[in-house]
Amino acid sequence: MNLYQKEGPIILSGDTAVKPATALLVLGCPQVPVQTSIALYLIFRLKKAGIVPVVAGNKAANTLLVIADPDRHYLGEVMDLDRAVAQISEKKRDFDRCFVFIHNDAGISYAATMGAISKAKLFTLIYGEHEEDLVKQVDFPCTTIAAKAVHNPLPLKKAIDEVAPWAA
Amino acid sequence: MGCVESMNYEILMRDGSFKECRDYIKGHFKEYLEVVPGFKVFDIHLIGIPPIAIGLENDFIVFPYTKPCHGTFLLRVEDTAEAARLRATKKTK
Repeated sequence: MNLYQKEGPIILSGDTAVKPATALLVLGCPQVPVQTSIALYLIFRLKKAGIVPVVAGNKAANTLLVIADPDRHYLGEVMDLDRAVAQISEKKRDFDRCFVFIHNDAGISYAATMGAISKAKLFTLIYGEHEEDLVKQVDFPCTTIAAKAVHNPLPLKKAIDEVAPWAA
Repeated sequence: MGCVESMNYEILMRDGSFKECRDYIKGHFKEYLEVVPGFKVFDIHLIGIPPIAIGLENDFIVFPYTKPCHGTFLLRVEDTAEAARLRATKKTK
């Protein structure tokens, strides 16, 4: 099974090559169960809206997604998180939207980093036991979507649906 | 110098928040510089809430290193050339 996959196709519209909008999903540590489920749901909604989603996470977080979607019905490109940070920092690549999954202090650091290095519209997805404390730590420009979700993804799904970031 | 695993590093702080690591550097090192996220130390693009503090003490460099599952570590690494490069960056700021 190929964990990582190359960049998605360019859509040809008439005579002009149109690059579809892109979104980067920055995964956190997969220790909170809702992450994998919500990531797949968000990928589904983004793709349905014509946005090409790219996932960046550590090996465990990425593998959870790849194993859950072996035929890649939802998943497209999956990349190593350090490589994504390097490519964006070095201006080799960027995205139109960026979603950072946050359930700990490291997640806040990654979101602040994405806000500083990327031109993408930034969304912070905050969940887990410490959701309220983490929301207070967000002091950089972004749209925050938060719910106290640990095992049950429905509160976070509902919060995402209310914001509809694929339409923003 | 390559990835962190190949470095001869000392961990000064673990299980702290990113802000605690920054406060530690500012409180314990007379010489430090502040950089933006993505700034490279060795081959590592730093992760964190701006400004990110990097401490300097002789040939030792002290910097935050963040991983999704393990939070932020404060690492201390000795490297003459990298310390000199960081000092030069500080002067040109």
